[in-house]
Amino acid sequence: MITKRIIPCLDVKDGRVVKGVNFLGLADVSSPTKLAKFYSDNGADELVFYDITASFEGRVLFSDILKEVASTIYIPLTVGGGINTIDDFDRVLKCGADKVSVNSGAIRNPDLITEAAKKYGDQCVVLSCDIKRVDGGFRLFAKGGREDTGIDAIEWIRQGEARGAGEIVVNSIDTDGVKKGFDIEMLRAVSDVVTIPVIASGGAGCIDDFVTLFREIPSMDAGLAASIFHFGEVQISDLKKTLRDNGVNVRL
Amino acid sequence: MIAIIDYGVGNIFSLCSSFKYIGADAKLTSDEAEVRRADKILLPGVGAFSDAAAKLRACGMWEVLLDECAKGKPLMGICLGMQMLFEKSMEYGEHKGLALIPGEVVPIAPVVPKDYKIPHIGWNALHFKGEKSPLFKYVNEGECVYFVHSYYASGCEESTIATCEYSAELTAAVQRGNVMGTQFHPEKSGEVGLNILRAFVEM
Repeated sequence: MITKRIIPCLDVKDGRVVKGVNFLGLADVSSPTKLAKFYSDNGADELVFYDITASFEGRVLFSDILKEVASTIYIPLTVGGGINTIDDFDRVLKCGADKVSVNSGAIRNPDLITEAAKKYGDQCVVLSCDIKRVDGGFRLFAKGGREDTGIDAIEWIRQGEARGAGEIVVNSIDTDGVKKGFDIEMLRAVSDVVTIPVIASGGAGCIDDFVTLFREIPSMDAGLAASIFHFGEVQISDLKKTLRDNGVNVRL
Repeated sequence: MIAIIDYGVGNIFSLCSSFKYIGADAKLTSDEAEVRRADKILLPGVGAFSDAAAKLRACGMWEVLLDECAKGKPLMGICLGMQMLFEKSMEYGEHKGLALIPGEVVPIAPVVPKDYKIPHIGWNALHFKGEKSPLFKYVNEGECVYFVHSYYASGCEESTIATCEYSAELTAAVQRGNVMGTQFHPEKSGEVGLNILRAFVEM
């Protein structure tokens, strides 16, 4: 039976891993390559790299780091951040990415999902969504969670699957950085409308939060987190043992 | 030397770095002389079957692979590369494969319940079939490997050396003499996957 995936996420800016609280107040954590190797050796099922650099120089540096990371780890690697065109897909895939995550780029041009899925296959296209509660509904946000698009997030995700996305990352802005658990209500709303894998993101503060996630939503495929892993608050091996003890199928 | 067939299909970055990591002499190539000189051949592949088959023919490697396999050279296919070893695929129409192993490639969707997600993506446990293949000499029953696929090989019971369970039993790896393949990605399966590549190198 397929196992539930545990995915550390590395936000990379100017060559360093950073993690924001509610997307603000970035704090330097560590070297991307060292951290990636550490996670790969310690049971991570996959890694996600987000390039949050804005400058051209930063992007070139990111490509170099990506190549270094991809030749150091032998688990799947998803890359996102600044993916706006097919050329961007091509750029990161050539640096060793296995999957490419699109967010604002897909909001600006939804056809990007379709084009990329046709060229590289559905499995390559990850639709990442930053979602926040507005007026009693789930609203899609763009530009790293700074801009309300006015789009209904659930409808956006439904369309994303139809356009050819192979996986959905749901990042709850409401719970991100708060460390009080995943946004079960939001995640359930998304799970109910798609048949492709869904990855939960935003809010993990302790091991029990993952147990709750997979118990409350058995169809959830993966849990993604950053700071609790980066700061060593949670060891992936301990997390997986606890999940297994709670009847969740994981790779040990 | 291991010739990794370069025919413009899929992501071979990790495959090349995996062989480098385990200290194997592997080269990405579509040069006929080089492929014929190689001790072993590796056929990678990601994407759609018909497109990959067309590209393999266009670069002249189709006949070379058949020829070298007939001489007994070990050939390993990975993911779509494995699927191409079969007689045919039903992915978007019917397409001919290399026919080195009897069987056909069919969609997963009809054989699993509706709530099972397609593609079958993630880490799943290997279950060995029949006599343990030399490809698995460093691998234990039940260890997990990484899969990403929507189609699987069917009607190939005699050459199946491992399966995985996804409600239905799906073909995970096959071998028929010197020709073998894995549906999963050893280059993305951590230490377990590297051990499978090591075993192939040592064949």
